[in-house]
Amino acid sequence: MLRRKKLLFDGPLMIGLITLSFLGLFVIYSASGENFSVMVRQGIRLGIGWVVMILVAQISPETIKRFSPHLFIVGVVVLISVLLVGVVAKGAQRWLDLGVFRFQPSELMKLALPMMVAWLMTRDKLPPTFTIILLALVLTAIPAGLVVIQPDLGTGIMLAASGLLVIFLSGIRWRHLMMMLATVAAVAPFLWSQLHDYHRQRILTLFDPWADPMGSGYQTIQAQIAIGSAGIWGKGWLQGSQSHLEFIPERSTDFIFAVFAEEFGLIGVLILIVLYLFIVGRCLAMAYQTKETYSRLLIGALALTFFFYLFVNLGMVSGILPIVGVPLPLVSYGGTSMLTLMAAFGIIMGMHSRRRLMT
Amino acid sequence: MVSRSGMGQASGEDAIVRQRLKLAGIIALILAAILLARLYSLQVSQYARYQTLSLDNHIRLQALSPVRGLILDRNGVVLAQNTAVYALKVTPERVPDMDLMLAEVGQIIDLSDQEIIAFKQRSSRRPGFKKQLLKTQLDDAEAAKFAVNEYRFPGVTLEAVLHRDYPFAELTAHFLGYVGRISEKDQNRLEEEKYKGISHTGKSGIEKQYERALVGSTGFEEVEIDAHGRTLRTISREGAIPGDNLRLTIDIELQREARRALGASRGAVVAMDPSSGEVLAMVSNPSFDPNLFVDGIDHATYSALRSLKDKPFLNRALHGRYAPGSTIKPIFAEVVMEEGIDPDESVFCPGWYMLPGSTRQYRCWKKTGHGRVDLHAALEQSCDVYFYEMGKRLGIGQMSGVLKKFGLGSPSGVDLPGEPDGLVPSAEWKLATRNEPWYPGEDLITAIGQGFLMTTPLQLARVASILATRGIVVQPRLLMSKNDPLSGDPKNLNNKKNTQNLHINTEAMDRVIRAMTAVMNSPRGTARMSGRRSAYSIAGKTGTAQVIAIAQGEEYDEDSIREEFRDHALFIAFAPVENPKIAIAVVVENGGSGAGVAAPLARKVLDHFFLKALERA
Repeated sequence: MLRRKKLLFDGPLMIGLITLSFLGLFVIYSASGENFSVMVRQGIRLGIGWVVMILVAQISPETIKRFSPHLFIVGVVVLISVLLVGVVAKGAQRWLDLGVFRFQPSELMKLALPMMVAWLMTRDKLPPTFTIILLALVLTAIPAGLVVIQPDLGTGIMLAASGLLVIFLSGIRWRHLMMMLATVAAVAPFLWSQLHDYHRQRILTLFDPWADPMGSGYQTIQAQIAIGSAGIWGKGWLQGSQSHLEFIPERSTDFIFAVFAEEFGLIGVLILIVLYLFIVGRCLAMAYQTKETYSRLLIGALALTFFFYLFVNLGMVSGILPIVGVPLPLVSYGGTSMLTLMAAFGIIMGMHSRRRLMT
Repeated sequence: MVSRSGMGQASGEDAIVRQRLKLAGIIALILAAILLARLYSLQVSQYARYQTLSLDNHIRLQALSPVRGLILDRNGVVLAQNTAVYALKVTPERVPDMDLMLAEVGQIIDLSDQEIIAFKQRSSRRPGFKKQLLKTQLDDAEAAKFAVNEYRFPGVTLEAVLHRDYPFAELTAHFLGYVGRISEKDQNRLEEEKYKGISHTGKSGIEKQYERALVGSTGFEEVEIDAHGRTLRTISREGAIPGDNLRLTIDIELQREARRALGASRGAVVAMDPSSGEVLAMVSNPSFDPNLFVDGIDHATYSALRSLKDKPFLNRALHGRYAPGSTIKPIFAEVVMEEGIDPDESVFCPGWYMLPGSTRQYRCWKKTGHGRVDLHAALEQSCDVYFYEMGKRLGIGQMSGVLKKFGLGSPSGVDLPGEPDGLVPSAEWKLATRNEPWYPGEDLITAIGQGFLMTTPLQLARVASILATRGIVVQPRLLMSKNDPLSGDPKNLNNKKNTQNLHINTEAMDRVIRAMTAVMNSPRGTARMSGRRSAYSIAGKTGTAQVIAIAQGEEYDEDSIREEFRDHALFIAFAPVENPKIAIAVVVENGGSGAGVAAPLARKVLDHFFLKALERA
């Protein structure tokens, strides 16, 4: 019992997550047009998420490491099968209907991919050799590519990011990193040609949303109006005209930050970002303190991916990044991604809590 | 448990990953700083801009159009009103495919090519978010047909709008004027702020003259709308204030009677109350339907009307310039006496007059001559020779002085836009404009109201009214009162009567009026046929104005002369003589003689006026 108690609580991280979760519930209530049942549903999801987090925290790091390849292979298989038999929702095949509930396999991969790459990296001494890096890149590209052709560009990018972050943390040599970047630059024109038209449009819109204010630029413009019109102090909770009068599309999911920024202003934005940085920073510190490389890589990659979510979401909502479907972690309305995140924090807490046991 | 060597690795490895973690943390902080910079830029640097955009998004300021004031005649009969009609309006910006929409709407209700062209012209000049009129005056069936289909046409709305309507149409067109759509030219003239939500403005006549009173003031309503354009609530509202109702001095029954009396003739009738200057009737014929102008007359109809030789748009009563002919003689008779010439002195009229040292004959209208005539007989029988002689004695200086005293040659100050001066000639005027000296012969023809002298029917009516009041000059006016549209109470009533006493010698005035009475009822009076058996006393003076000069020794033969060169028939009168209630001027273009055409016409109007008054009494 004593041991379990020790396992369960990383005080600072818990405080950060609890604060963020409750903040998220307030924002959801406003963003849903003061729909109480939406808030309750989100609350229930959060509750389930907390349970999942605590449960996952009980799994030993060794088990996690050992089963990384298995989980990864299962994930890839499921991703392939979802392409063949998946349910089409919102124009993309992302869901696998398991009868009881719908399952989004890309969520599983958000954990399995960094686990797999970390597993690969820790098989040998760090820094990784060129061959290992190539292998890691292939392992990253497979699930990311499968998700992109669903098509779900946003999640694909996040998956790729999680894999690449592990590679980065594992001490990839700078010349290897430069080679990677050069290769990306070389194939960029080809990637551009492979993008869906609406993705291309979104990237072009980024540069001049006012070119088509009622069409492709609408979301960006309306979100920026919401954010900008808030000023320093914001319009007040439930007082955002842009969100409550439905000028912001996807206001309770991907664009929820616009709702938050409109109602709470620059002060609120500052607090929110600091809160996220606190969580990420705490996780990075935990990774730093952890004594074992696999855990360190995984905690670091998960924490940085979490930050990357924040950056991409805020960047797209505030108009400095193209619009890709990335939710604001722990705040956006939606089930599966929240469970994944909580599971990730469970892994982080579990690994950190056991750091002393493993030394 | 996996062996410690499996999990825990060399400290070099620890250093590598820790260093990378630090690096990643720094990069994250930099990225967070970039985000904050962006948000600072949006929320602080560009706050004002986005604040405005946000308000523009969900707050709409809607202008509430005021109801234009009614115009009534003196007895409360409505001359201009606002009737509700259905109109189809289009917000071009919201229409996905304009041509498709027009084609499909055209299948439901009739859209003429003209309507479509006019609509396209209007909408090309205005911003796309402004509603433009597509079709007005839809009947109930069309409105209902469109209403059930309205959902198919985003950006097209059916609206009930108030439409200016002139129930008497042609009868009131000239003095009342009309309203029309505000044009670009009007926009320069009108204050933009005041005309928000107002589409029409007075273009002529009373509608233009009293625009400020009639238009009322626009109200505003601030409403909140959502992203779909639905109105959610009214934030604030300042109601529109309807324009004042105007009560005019016109008696529409008298107007109608005067118009009926004119028949098909071109001409004008002006009747006024000599003591107050109230204009009772102001008819100009031919006329036009002002209702055509309210929503914009189409080009073809307009140019057809415009090019008519009869000039229906011309308000002859106000703008028509006519030589007054003999109707001017009472004024000269008055000045003759003022100048000390004995009114009993007689002049021999052989039917013609010659200036000393000249062989040119100035003819009297009566070829056989009037024999010896004094002032009374000369007015009664309208002897030209007598007035030739007086013209010679008075000279143009004296004559133009008295003409100006009677209000000729300058606007009467009537409350209608664009009143012309008319023309009272003088030697100086002739030298200045024509660079020619004044010839003695021109004294003569001026004395019988010919030559350069030009008057308007309204000025002649005022001459009659000055004679009626024995020298009181009043300013003619059409407005009786402005009434508050809600309470009906008259407001800022201008009681200041612009009158002026000419202080004319009473005896001279008596003689002139006696002679003018004789015109109507003495056996030799020129208008005796028109004065017969009247229940009230009339004083009048006929006039027949030459349109073309008749060469020396040539005869004026009415039948052989083209219609447009025939004489204008004129007549001025007032009644009852003892206590004048009405003064009238009649001009019938190319009508022939004043006695034969204009005087009987005036009699009909006077009869109507007094019989109506009797009926009412």
